[in-house]
Amino acid sequence: MNNEALHYHFDVDGASFANAGRASVETKKLLRQIGVSPDVIRRISVAMYEGEINMVIHAHGGDADVYITEDTILIQLKDVGPGIRNVEEAMKEGFSTAPENIRALGFGAGMGLPNMKRYSDDMHIDTKVGVGTTIELWYRLK
Amino acid sequence: MKISEAAEILNAVVLTGGDKLDEEVHSACGSDMMSDVLAYVKDQGVLLTGLINVQVIRTLLMMDMNCVVFVRGKVPPEGIVEFAEENGVVVLQTKLPMFEACGRLYCAGLGRREDEGAPEVKDEGADHE
Ligand SMILES: Nc1ncnc2c1ncn2[C@@H]1O[C@H](COP(=O)(O)OP(=O)(O)O)[C@@H](O)[C@H]1O
Ligand SMILES: [Mg+2]
Repeated sequence: MNNEALHYHFDVDGASFANAGRASVETKKLLRQIGVSPDVIRRISVAMYEGEINMVIHAHGGDADVYITEDTILIQLKDVGPGIRNVEEAMKEGFSTAPENIRALGFGAGMGLPNMKRYSDDMHIDTKVGVGTTIELWYRLK
Repeated sequence: MKISEAAEILNAVVLTGGDKLDEEVHSACGSDMMSDVLAYVKDQGVLLTGLINVQVIRTLLMMDMNCVVFVRGKVPPEGIVEFAEENGVVVLQTKLPMFEACGRLYCAGLGRREDEGAPEVKDEGADHE
């Protein structure tokens, strides 16, 4: 990103499910203030929220960074959790390793990664078992 | 449909947002799985759910929905209603079970296009209207 980019950082707390989604709610407020179009905001909101929840339920939290330039928005979600063993499988609708107690909380339907893909212009997953996962969600504004 | 009408149809108690009952809602969705709600990006609307955690409210905020109905008389834990209030979300609570609550709103015309008239059975397996 060039140095004119706006950058916002959020710590995603992996210890508390109750906090999961805070960064996404804050980001949505910021994007509104900046005047990003509602349509783009909605897509970012859904994708980032799913990604943030994943960091909490699968990877003990991590860092969420938002970079905004005139023509792109990048949401970067970075954790040092267990990594994803088989990305192709994880991308399938309905695939989930989430335990029953997570499903009782309303997540773990295996729709997160597919939703993130659907609601971004580009998605990159960089993951290594035992090291962690970084997911980039890209949006073109022009 | 106005939120006040929906509240009446459901015999619902208004837990917060009493000043926003004149707002219009055009569609609704009944689910306990937040990922399913997130998968169906649509017009502003109502979420009916038996789930009562803070993620329900965050899901609404992400989707620009403005009203949640807790079904089966579920009482949300402390902080949920306050969080909804801070963020301008209307919270209703009904004693009705999910199926009946959804059915009543649908029959009253919520989530149906004007030209659709009476409810018809569709065979697409769509279950989020
Ligand atoms: N950040 C992550 N770290 C480790 N594993 C992950 C991460 N995100 C997703 N996964 C894996 O990919 C699977 C599918 O993710 P997702 O589609 O969001 O479904 P769900 O979260 O409902 O299980 C998860 O069950 C998990 O095994
Ligand atoms: Mg997920």
